[in-house]
Amino acid sequence: MADKEMRAVYAETLTELASKDDRIVVLEADLMRATGTGPFKEKYPDRAVNVGVAEANMLSIAGGMSTEGYIPFAATFGCFATRRAFDQFFLSCAYAGLNVKLVGTDPGVSAAFNGGTHMPFEDLGLVRMVPGIDIVEPSDPVSLKALVQQIAARPNSAYIRLHRKALSPLYPETATFEVGKAKVLRSGTGVTLAALGGLMVHNAVTAAELLAADGISAEVIDVLSLKPLDAETILASARKTGLVISIENHQAHNGLGSAVAELFAEAADRPARLVRMGIQDQFGEVGTEAWLLEKFGLRAEDIAAAVKKALKG
Amino acid sequence: MPGSADSATRAEREIMTAEELRILEAKAMDLRIKTIDAIGFLGVGHIGGSLSLIELLTILYYRHLKHDPADPRLESRDRLVLSKGHAGPALYSTLADRGFFPEEWLHTLNKGGTRLPSHCDRSKTPGIDMTTGSLGQGFSAACGIAKALKIKKNPAALFAIIGDGESNEGQIWEAAMFAAHNKLDNIIAFTDCNKLQIDGFTNEVLDLENLDGKWAAFGWHTQRINGHDFEALDKAILTAKAHSGQPHMIVMDTIKGKGASFCEGLATNHNMAYSYEKALEVIAEIRGGK
Repeated sequence: MADKEMRAVYAETLTELASKDDRIVVLEADLMRATGTGPFKEKYPDRAVNVGVAEANMLSIAGGMSTEGYIPFAATFGCFATRRAFDQFFLSCAYAGLNVKLVGTDPGVSAAFNGGTHMPFEDLGLVRMVPGIDIVEPSDPVSLKALVQQIAARPNSAYIRLHRKALSPLYPETATFEVGKAKVLRSGTGVTLAALGGLMVHNAVTAAELLAADGISAEVIDVLSLKPLDAETILASARKTGLVISIENHQAHNGLGSAVAELFAEAADRPARLVRMGIQDQFGEVGTEAWLLEKFGLRAEDIAAAVKKALKG
Repeated sequence: MPGSADSATRAEREIMTAEELRILEAKAMDLRIKTIDAIGFLGVGHIGGSLSLIELLTILYYRHLKHDPADPRLESRDRLVLSKGHAGPALYSTLADRGFFPEEWLHTLNKGGTRLPSHCDRSKTPGIDMTTGSLGQGFSAACGIAKALKIKKNPAALFAIIGDGESNEGQIWEAAMFAAHNKLDNIIAFTDCNKLQIDGFTNEVLDLENLDGKWAAFGWHTQRINGHDFEALDKAILTAKAHSGQPHMIVMDTIKGKGASFCEGLATNHNMAYSYEKALEVIAEIRGGK
């Protein structure tokens, strides 16, 4: 698979699913063009519902449609999906025991020119608190397609953190994925880079190459699923390398870093030292993605530097 | 307006007989008593907004709403969403009376492990179509159900009940626009306009009037009636059913706490404590026709 816009993969996957399953419906809140679900609407006009600029309304409508057996995929920018419509996702969807797939797009710094108002650094922290849901952040076109298919087949509500822009594939098209399972992208012995989401996983892979040039063997884990978290894979790698760097395009607290810290704190042994990379209790701001990655210290070279610092310390 | 041609004649033709009216009145008394009893047995609860709905729930479950207590999720049933979820106790009395679950459950209201929680919960109670309690959300969910029924081409009706205080929520009006835009004429909604909310009179906390004018302006087929008058309720429901192309709002002028002398119209009756002795006393009053 070549580089591909993630939103195009999302829309194609849903359209394909809908051809076999008439329960699949798409809900949008005036961001159908941004999410790229236009082709779904062209093919299934009755099953694409645009509610207008009303995210809270959209999620309760989705809950209502789920009571009738439909499987709504409701998408909007991650900031609105979670901050603005949190109570609706919590109560009308998850608490009500319903099956709504909430899709939060433009994660973290990828919100770029929309700026701090639109930059979700806290969406994962919010939805992690909702009992019984799945949370995934696919890292490339192949994992996105597979995880959307899997999430569609599961009976519970879910949050899919969707990078909309193009990403290069990290996996062959034959790779298989499972909600709750991470992937070891590269084996190593000196440090574990546990990264979540397209930008971070790609940067972690590059960081591992930079570290290799300096004689440091880095293992790269593509976490993929924040909830359930693949404790087995992360703990095994941690015990092997003794040092884990969690890397997320999100606040370093309440997301991946916290989830890994909880895992380590409750382990009977001390599996590894942990360094949490992510946003350090700051708000987002406007700029190019490259500028923002530098500003918040999430480039490949920042990851490599953090590893070297930790190994020295 | 589309589809309204013979609505008046149809409503008149189907108007209820004196005997049917007498039966509904007796049933309403019964459900009012059960609701006062259930909340009184616990000692505290949402008595005011439960009692203002008794006539509506009676006429729906004993005259208009297609349902099967043996199969609460029957595909051909009419759906009901009580968006003002705190009035759960009134609906529980009705559902128990219709046989959705044993009447003994009413005395478990809000007790640990109960299947009858303060606010409606579709996962716990047979006959509850949507979980509600965070005001405004149930109404959007009701619109989602109505939209789903349209996609399925299922001719069932969706009945939704909201509160006047609940109509402070912006989500109510988001849902109102959605339903009108999507021409969800399978929605027959009711506003329980009892003029009170938790902190006092609605016109002092946040004035809603002209409420029926607002609904009409939002593109809904709107009627305003006395919500304790069975003939007015019956006629309004039939009129709504005979009119297509728009969702329907029936604004019901009601009295919060209706029929319970110790709390009727009292500004503090939203969530109120009273003893079981008081409950039994007022039940005796109601039975005695005082």
